[in-house]
Amino acid sequence: MLSTTEGYMTPDGRQIGGVVMEMKNITLKFGGVTAIEDISFDIHEGEIRAIIGPNGAGKSSMLNVISGFYIPQQGEVFFRGAKRAQLKPFEVARQGIARTFQNIALFEGMSVLDNVMTGRLTHMKAGIISQSLWRGPAEREETENREICERVIDFLEIQSIRKTPVSRLPYGLKKRVELARALASEPKLLLLDEPMAGMNVEEKEDMSRFILDVNDEFGTTIALIEHDMGVVMDLSDRVVVMDYGKKIGDGTPNEVRNNQAVIDAYLGVSHD
Amino acid sequence: MLYREAGDFSTTYREDNQTFPIRFDRYRYYAVMLIAFLVIPFFVNDYWVNAIFLPFLIYSIAALGLNILTGYCGQVSLGTGGFMAVGAYAVYKLMTAFPDISVLIHIVLAGGVTALVGILFGLPSLRIKGFYLAVATLAAQFFLVWVFNRIPWFYNYSASGQINAPERTFLGFTVTGAETKAWVAYLVCLVFVTISAIVARNMTRGALGRSWMAIRDMDIAAEIIGVNPLKAKLSAFAISSFFVGISGALYFSVYLGAVEVGEVFGINKSFLVLFMIIIGGLGSVFGSFIGAAFLVLLPVLLKNVLVGYFGWQTDVAAHLEFMIIGGLIVWFLIVEPHGLAQLWRLGKEKLRMWPFPY
Ligand SMILES: Nc1ncnc2c1ncn2[C@@H]1O[C@H](COP(=O)(O)OP(=O)(O)OP(=O)(O)O)[C@@H](O)[C@H]1O
Ligand SMILES: [Mg+2]
Repeated sequence: MLSTTEGYMTPDGRQIGGVVMEMKNITLKFGGVTAIEDISFDIHEGEIRAIIGPNGAGKSSMLNVISGFYIPQQGEVFFRGAKRAQLKPFEVARQGIARTFQNIALFEGMSVLDNVMTGRLTHMKAGIISQSLWRGPAEREETENREICERVIDFLEIQSIRKTPVSRLPYGLKKRVELARALASEPKLLLLDEPMAGMNVEEKEDMSRFILDVNDEFGTTIALIEHDMGVVMDLSDRVVVMDYGKKIGDGTPNEVRNNQAVIDAYLGVSHD
Repeated sequence: MLYREAGDFSTTYREDNQTFPIRFDRYRYYAVMLIAFLVIPFFVNDYWVNAIFLPFLIYSIAALGLNILTGYCGQVSLGTGGFMAVGAYAVYKLMTAFPDISVLIHIVLAGGVTALVGILFGLPSLRIKGFYLAVATLAAQFFLVWVFNRIPWFYNYSASGQINAPERTFLGFTVTGAETKAWVAYLVCLVFVTISAIVARNMTRGALGRSWMAIRDMDIAAEIIGVNPLKAKLSAFAISSFFVGISGALYFSVYLGAVEVGEVFGINKSFLVLFMIIIGGLGSVFGSFIGAAFLVLLPVLLKNVLVGYFGWQTDVAAHLEFMIIGGLIVWFLIVEPHGLAQLWRLGKEKLRMWPFPY
């Protein structure tokens, strides 16, 4: 099991850096339900870290803890070497953590481009006067950030739907736009909650390719939740396995696949 | 094939961001501006200005303001009448306290005062939304009218309890008071409308506008991508109230000249402006104008045609007006939440294809 603070080398020869995010003894309860029970794990710089587990295992809750949306009753979060104070979700976003949602959470009343541009809001600082006159910093910022968004749009191959209202898009494209919005913020850590759920095989292949490319080209650290074991094995460097709020496995895909507890969890009850 | 975009290519992002990317639209906009500023002032008479132009222009500013809050930021407000009253009383107090300062500055300052009051009454929006927020703003409406009725300081202890706009001039022209010429009042309001529209357009197309719309469409996701809800909501309340305050100030000082608060800025006004943005188009600067024009023109039209031409009784015509407005509100809310502005846009899209629909 790899848990050193130093980096490591992946089988396909990528150099992974030190720990960027560390969750220590996280416990999260909703009334009587314990969604997460005393879980610790870390995410290294530049790696693709998968979180898997049956339905209701607490995976989404874990992402919500990372993005500051749920406040754990116990435990500590370390980000880039420092213990993170209890932050509001928008403050977490400003630290460079972006995410997508299990149930798409796009802004339905806006165009694709505007949705992607909202990903840049944390970078836009022009004052209210400048914005109301559309001169100086406001206009400059708009153009600069538009360029960054256009690169993301090209990268994800959604140029042709740029000006389409997202409410008119099919499911698979919406997922892609949501990824675009997250990427537009140029995150240091990207959290993906079931990015391929409900997609057909081709769409899954496209999405897998985008995720690998993001990681490869921008060096973005990625934590993703995924049910499709094939995808997990192909994409991820290391896997955390959760079941009923507990961590039952942690390691490379191969280690996890041969872990007896994991096999039991997956074979014991058919969840999917 | 007059109306087309073929041949109009945006080669820079700046061009693509223009308000009127299609050349034809741009020219039409310039033409409207030219006529509004250089032609109409020479032809208008008192009737046209008082029955149509001033109410249209002033309500347009109020509708712009409410549209920022409700149409763009998704925070329903039934307090527009009350905020217009704040603008009116603020400008009245300023005009009487500092008679040497230009009334135009007072009008802008009245907008600022209303913005502060708007922030105050916007605070509940951080906790509650939808129906509950609407009720809270309704409470603000009644509270504000009550305050201006009951606290004599606001109406300078006048015996009638009314406020009356003293005469003030700008560049030698009378702009408030009984002596004001129709075309001067028209031009003053037109300048305020033009600047308000440009400012509203600029704010809504950039970062601020996107943070408002993000809050409107899905507040939780907005916060997770980095929008500070407190800042987004309170800035929407402030800027919205700023416009509404200016419209209230103009309504009192330039248009009516005398105001009894309960009568002029009651709950009816709140609903009227809300109906304007629903019919004109939620989340559209242009829609604010069409909505204001529609609801200002409708009664005038019905009165002239039904009462003047067909000889109907006035109250019957008024009832018909209520029915038409009611029906339209229901229709737009259900079928076309983006209002007349969207119908206009769809019409243009059809025209762009014409005469080849495919
Ligand atoms: N806001 C909430 N309030 C109450 N209970 C919650 C809440 N969010 C999650 N839970 C509970 O916490 C547990 C873990 O839920 P979570 O959504 O994290 O699971 P998951 O692993 O993402 O499952 P899935 O694969 O179905 O997405 C579940 O029992 C769920 O009912
Ligand atoms: Mg989940």
